[in-house]
Amino acid sequence: MSNLVNKLHGNNSKIKVRNLDFYYGDFHALKDINLDIAEKKVTAFIGPSGCGKSTLLRIFNRMYSLYPNQRAEGEILLDGKNILAPDQDLNLLRANVGMVFQAPTPFPMSIYDNVLFGAKLYEKMSRADMDERVESSLRRAALWDEVKDKLKQPGSSLSGGQQQRLCIARAVAAKPEVILLDEPTSALDPISTAFIEELIEELKSDYTIAIVTHNMQQASRCSDYTAYMYLGDLIEMDKTKNIFTNPKQKATEDYITGKFG
Amino acid sequence: MQLNQSIYEKRKRKNKLFLVLSICATTFGLFFLVMILYALISKGVANLNLDLFTRDIPSACSGSQCKVGGLRNVIMGSLLITFYALLIGTPIGILCGIYLAEFGRGNWFARTTRFVNDLLLSTPSIIIGVFIWGLMVRPQLPGYSGWAGSVALSLLVIPVVVRTTENMLNLVPNRLREAAYALGTPKWKLTLAVTLRAAKSGVLTGIILAFARISGETAPLLFTSLNNQFYSTDMNRPMANLPVMIFNSALGAYDNLIDLAWSAAFLITIAVLFANIMARYIGTNK
Repeated sequence: MSNLVNKLHGNNSKIKVRNLDFYYGDFHALKDINLDIAEKKVTAFIGPSGCGKSTLLRIFNRMYSLYPNQRAEGEILLDGKNILAPDQDLNLLRANVGMVFQAPTPFPMSIYDNVLFGAKLYEKMSRADMDERVESSLRRAALWDEVKDKLKQPGSSLSGGQQQRLCIARAVAAKPEVILLDEPTSALDPISTAFIEELIEELKSDYTIAIVTHNMQQASRCSDYTAYMYLGDLIEMDKTKNIFTNPKQKATEDYITGKFG
Repeated sequence: MQLNQSIYEKRKRKNKLFLVLSICATTFGLFFLVMILYALISKGVANLNLDLFTRDIPSACSGSQCKVGGLRNVIMGSLLITFYALLIGTPIGILCGIYLAEFGRGNWFARTTRFVNDLLLSTPSIIIGVFIWGLMVRPQLPGYSGWAGSVALSLLVIPVVVRTTENMLNLVPNRLREAAYALGTPKWKLTLAVTLRAAKSGVLTGIILAFARISGETAPLLFTSLNNQFYSTDMNRPMANLPVMIFNSALGAYDNLIDLAWSAAFLITIAVLFANIMARYIGTNK
């Protein structure tokens, strides 16, 4: 069943995963994964802890390559180009595939410099460009009104929810095509969570988004496609509506109805 | 609950016993510390006046006919030697610490460097002094000089700075590095703009502690910068400094030099105290 490639119902696929295996040392963490991620849609990955959903996400920007004992086999095609190829430039890939992590990670610098950190690495910008990019990115992250008068203050002075939105603004400011969200709301209160879910809805008009979440309501609320994973296998992937109302696999049904997990 | 009264009482007695023992140990240690500070302050403050900072060291003399002298040339010498020692040692130490924490994780070269650095950290300073004496105090070189003193002290600065820099960088959470990598940041940029900046206060604390460490070192300077009776800012010549001045004067028979040695000891203590307070202040106000 894991050979099943999901149907995208006429949407373009931005990322194609083909026969992907992943290993932490000897541990076989992902087994023959095949799936497509639709362009400018939100794809959610759900499943119990240890199922490999975060592992999968961290392959899309080759984050695992930082750790020498981790390796991936197979193909991941981003716009048709295999990013697992040895000649892939990792910095360029990561500039194009942004990521937001579970815990907020503001850099030790001002809010303004935080937002521009990624963008300034690859673009030559005038002062006006920078001001404009900071404002537009913070607006997209629904943070502008709260921080516009204190852009010179350190990013760490913000609340947890604001810090996470700052990290999203930082990812957006670098103008990537894909944004990976690794449990972005698991450390946040319900109000900040609601903020970020609205944000995801809003961002998908411009970006392809993949989100890992432990929260099934979150997946059902803000994603177009949902993939259910278990112990390194992709069990089922379909339109989110179908997964939550009419799953084809018994295992998926058990998980989403709370019989298991 | 079934309370066994005798076990409970026994435990309370033990508790009291250890409390008394630890209070005794603390008192014993504090007693000597307070004695030293008392002697330093009572004898050091007596001579504390403007002359101390405006006049040079006087010739040896006892009795009431002595010329008034001060420590101007000695203080200046100590400041210069310490300044250049930090100037040489700090960049090397920070760069080496960065290598160990960010680039050499787990490779043999880093492991060896770390081991050697730990050795250097606990090498008796007199060995450093003799080593630099053998290396730099030669006829064709300047010989005994401020530079030789600075280089000797910088060898004491380096291991302290390497150690603290590495430790402080290791304390920076890995998720911060991942977040920077996730934006496509090259490693050098990540190290300078993110991790080193996050560890800034800790690294600064290490430099201040290195200053405290070298400000009272006598042995390395005995062999290198020696001493100078006159005011001099020429690093190529022997240079007066507080620790060697104390060493030379305190054992002598001349009242005026002994009094100045007390003042010198007091000044060093104040400098170390100030450095420690600063380190503490920086460490808690990130």
